[in-house]
Amino acid sequence: MNASVEWLSAFVDSGLSPRELRDLITARAATVDAIEPVRADLAALVVGRVIEAARHPDSDHLWVTRVDAGGPEPLDVVCGAPNVTAGVLYPFAPAGTTMPNGITIERRKIRGQVSNGMLCSARELGLGEDHEGILALTTTAAPGTPLLEAVAIGDTRLVIDVLPNRPDLLSHQGVAREIAAATGKPLRVPVIPGGDPAPAMSAPPAPVRADRKGTTDGVRVTVDDSTDCPAYLGVVIRGLRVGASPPWLVSRLAAVGMRSISNVVDVTNYMLHGYGQPMHAFDLARLGPDAAIHVRRARPGERLTTLDGVERVLDASILVIADAEHAQGIAGVIGGQGSEVSAETTDIFLEIAAFDPRRVRTARRALGVSTDASFRFERLVPATSPAETCATVAGLMTAVAGGRVAAAPALVGPALRPPEQRVRLRPQRVARVLGVPVPPTECATLLASVGFEAAVRDGALDVASPPWRTDIAAEIDLVEEVARLRGYGSFPTELRPYRIGTVPDDPLVARTARLRELLVGMGFIEVRPMPFVSDPSPDGTSIRVTNPLAGNESYLRSDLLSSVARRAEFNLARMEGDLRLFEIGTVFRRQPDTPGRPAEEVRVGILCMGARRPPHFTDPSPPAWDEWDAKALGEVVARIAYPGASVVMEPGEVPRALWRVRADGADVGWVGVLALDAPPWASTAYGAEILMETTDVADVAPPGRHAPAIERDGPSRAPVPRYRRPPAFPAVRADVTLLVPETVSAGAVEAVLRGANEPMLERIDLLSQFYGDNVPERHRSLTWRLTFRHPERTLREKEVEARRDKLLRALETHLGVRQRTA
Amino acid sequence: MTESISSLTRFLDELSAIESQAVPEIGAARTADDLEALRVRYVGRKSGRLSALSGMVAGMSAADRPAAGQAFNGTHKRLQEQLAAAAARVLSTGAAATPAIDLTMPGRAVWRGARHPVTIVIDEIADIFREIGFTIALGPEAESEWYNFTALNFPPEHPALDMHDTLYLEGGGLLRTHTSPVQIRTLQRYTPPIRVLVPGNVYRRDVFDASHAPMFAQIEGLAVDEGVSFVDLKATLSHFARRFFGAATTRFRPSFFPFTEPSAEMDVECQICHGTGCATCKMLGWVEILGCGMVHPSVLESAGLDAERYTGWAFGMGPGRIAQQRYDIPLLRELYDGDVRVLGALGQ
Repeated sequence: MNASVEWLSAFVDSGLSPRELRDLITARAATVDAIEPVRADLAALVVGRVIEAARHPDSDHLWVTRVDAGGPEPLDVVCGAPNVTAGVLYPFAPAGTTMPNGITIERRKIRGQVSNGMLCSARELGLGEDHEGILALTTTAAPGTPLLEAVAIGDTRLVIDVLPNRPDLLSHQGVAREIAAATGKPLRVPVIPGGDPAPAMSAPPAPVRADRKGTTDGVRVTVDDSTDCPAYLGVVIRGLRVGASPPWLVSRLAAVGMRSISNVVDVTNYMLHGYGQPMHAFDLARLGPDAAIHVRRARPGERLTTLDGVERVLDASILVIADAEHAQGIAGVIGGQGSEVSAETTDIFLEIAAFDPRRVRTARRALGVSTDASFRFERLVPATSPAETCATVAGLMTAVAGGRVAAAPALVGPALRPPEQRVRLRPQRVARVLGVPVPPTECATLLASVGFEAAVRDGALDVASPPWRTDIAAEIDLVEEVARLRGYGSFPTELRPYRIGTVPDDPLVARTARLRELLVGMGFIEVRPMPFVSDPSPDGTSIRVTNPLAGNESYLRSDLLSSVARRAEFNLARMEGDLRLFEIGTVFRRQPDTPGRPAEEVRVGILCMGARRPPHFTDPSPPAWDEWDAKALGEVVARIAYPGASVVMEPGEVPRALWRVRADGADVGWVGVLALDAPPWASTAYGAEILMETTDVADVAPPGRHAPAIERDGPSRAPVPRYRRPPAFPAVRADVTLLVPETVSAGAVEAVLRGANEPMLERIDLLSQFYGDNVPERHRSLTWRLTFRHPERTLREKEVEARRDKLLRALETHLGVRQRTA
Repeated sequence: MTESISSLTRFLDELSAIESQAVPEIGAARTADDLEALRVRYVGRKSGRLSALSGMVAGMSAADRPAAGQAFNGTHKRLQEQLAAAAARVLSTGAAATPAIDLTMPGRAVWRGARHPVTIVIDEIADIFREIGFTIALGPEAESEWYNFTALNFPPEHPALDMHDTLYLEGGGLLRTHTSPVQIRTLQRYTPPIRVLVPGNVYRRDVFDASHAPMFAQIEGLAVDEGVSFVDLKATLSHFARRFFGAATTRFRPSFFPFTEPSAEMDVECQICHGTGCATCKMLGWVEILGCGMVHPSVLESAGLDAERYTGWAFGMGPGRIAQQRYDIPLLRELYDGDVRVLGALGQ
């Protein structure tokens, strides 16, 4: 909502500056986002003092002047005005200034004399028609001061962010009401320049109401459904002249950012911005010989060319204003071209109506056209508003465009009872919500200041809302009114005691925090990519977004690493090849059993490629990450994701999905090689993706029901390891080198070692792998270090040898693996 | 008796023989390697000559053992001192043999990781609220119309919905437009007192621009109990602002959210201009930080709670926007590109 400070002043003489108005409106009603000079087109002009003025040597009407425009040196300026006088201040446009008429002032020679700018007349500044001479300024501002700061020129615009609950603030009258309430100044009816000083004299006859069908000055008005259109008021004005608007009207509209179109259209726009009541003028002559207005639903496929020149195809969800035959406008949204007011128009049918917000919203969305009118109707124009604004617009229209209202206007719609819906406001409720008691009398005074009627009855207030406050439906709405009118700043900010909450931390929180700490400590950088992908996953479980804005956002991802991989590619394209990325994020999958909502999983994805360490002079080209790093990373991550679980890295497929990760037997992720769109210099990318938690997406309880949980929210602590006394006696190590056939895996060897019932065997570490000389075909040489320890004494050499030999025998028995000799 | 004397005597003779042989050798050593060999030969734990001798002490009589031990320790200590002195000498004079260490050379670095700036902001916010009794609740990112809108008092076909341009999913459901559905889930599942913080990703049908993204992070707070009031809201959020932004003045101004009433926006005095107006705060002197309000009674009723008995307050803010302001990031997109040159530097 753009509000003109001058227009607001016409409603209430607050005496406040634009900044004070901004702060007042922001604190009490709606946020003012900006203060803008309406004449921003004059921003480049400055105050200039003419130091000397001399006749131009080659001209009898030009002057050569020297102008102090605030710069270090006075400027030579050629001037044609007869009234230029040394010592006087004038508006000065330095070279480079673009004037309101679009012409840019340049440094140039005028009959041989250089001119560095222009001293301006009122007309050149768009401040009037006076072109007799340049505009002498009466100001104490120093030369060089911006003109807009030195002199009050033009209006100031407040840009107000009006939120959907306060449609009453979408007009100057509505904003002025709040200013009047805050300042205690009276709200006035703006005087229309050139209008009848006593508007009552020129007021049209009072409207005549009818339920469904009415007539005014020969025009029949029919409303099919009063739900769609609770009030339709028609005024016929005959004998007017369509032409230019008077300057005051043009500048009012300019102040809110509107161009003047014609006096008739401007008056309707003035009513919209002034009083919040959108109106539409039809050319009566173009409504057909048997003039009629029919407010009805559009017929399926019905066509209408709207004022913006677009032919629109309508359907029965859209409410139209039709003549006897054809749609002539979309109710509450936009008029039709066929009945547009033109220069030839002499008689108009003026529509002042209230429409169902849902109907207007439907049409606006279906047709994709939003107007100042639809914006207001969607937020609700009260059904009382047409009758209230009728006399004002009739007086204004005839004052500005001539003509007269010959017959009583027709008001079609159900009889409006005064809004007797009273809301009760209990002082104890006010105190409970706001935290401090507000006496009922204070509540009543505050509410009365903005048009409520509040009476104390049985210790509480009975409150009737003014018709424009359509947002007030319940007690809590009045509590907000009281808080707002009292001022949010008036409430204390003391921290008061509170009770400990009953909600435990979501168990995922601690695990993700530990994981982040670990990965960041290991040099990984966290990314938060968009979870959209352009193509569905091959398994068909992807969720499609039905209304994406971009083609590459058509589906929700069903895995994490593809998002992380795209981020790696982004970096590779910027020549960054040493990458360690991770994300903890959500993936989505169609769930076959419960349609209506996807299954969700929180997963962690990690990616590493390039050098394992930064280069150092002792190690200028460190090795790249490899699959063994990835395997260990995946394992470490899975242990954090599944505290206390047994994590197994199950061999998968070479060359990509190298390992499946199992936690307590469940498949929770994989580790492997990632396929990237990577430049040739990039090294292999490895990745791991591990499920952290399947999100509970089910409804907690049916709507309106409370279902406290009992057991599922017990302690979320993971099983803790038990204390073990550190060993008191030394360990003894024995290395064994085995000749292992290619059919036997290292894992199988270790399984036999572990399964051999050797209680003293503490650790098994694989130390080396060797192929080649002295190793037979289809075999490899693997060396393990076995660590033995007795809990109660030092093991002797002989004992260790005996135990090692026992293990070697077990290997030979189970796997046919022998020690490598020589 | 004679046996004992001879055993102790032999032991002491042996000790002095070792010492008189070792001292000149240590004195003659020229390199660290030489010294190490001498150390192993004489005082090495496993096979050093002194260690071999120590076995004799065990076989002596109780009367002799203290003298033997004392002598042994004396010799051992003297040899260690000789070795240490020689080591210092070799290090300072042996430059020709072992080049001096250039201590200006860099240490062996490790890669440095980084939390995402949005995570950093969320963690900081959470830390402040944890101190005053808040726990963390999470919820699904794909939601039903009921949890996202209806239960939160959005009237159907209301312009308030225009503030939440929504991405819908094939097969039903939508991507939550705010973290507030978790308010409903929490209120349904737990009985007040409730004090929770809800971080999470939310979605809007927005194109990427300087300040919008189709997905962004939000953090929401909810406090519900008997007797919770607007004063608590103001006090707690002002406390948060002071902790998070430093000694900052706050301002609360009227706003509108369907699920709170009274509703407010909290501004913090601009940290750049301290209220006088600058480009950062668009000449307003204030920077908008969060939306908040008293939980609307119909929200409590949606969760089956008695709205006469319980009151509450809630707030929501955008850690991404806070990160953008804090780190002076021109385009929001840069937070989500995953550029390691940007994120690596910010997350330190």
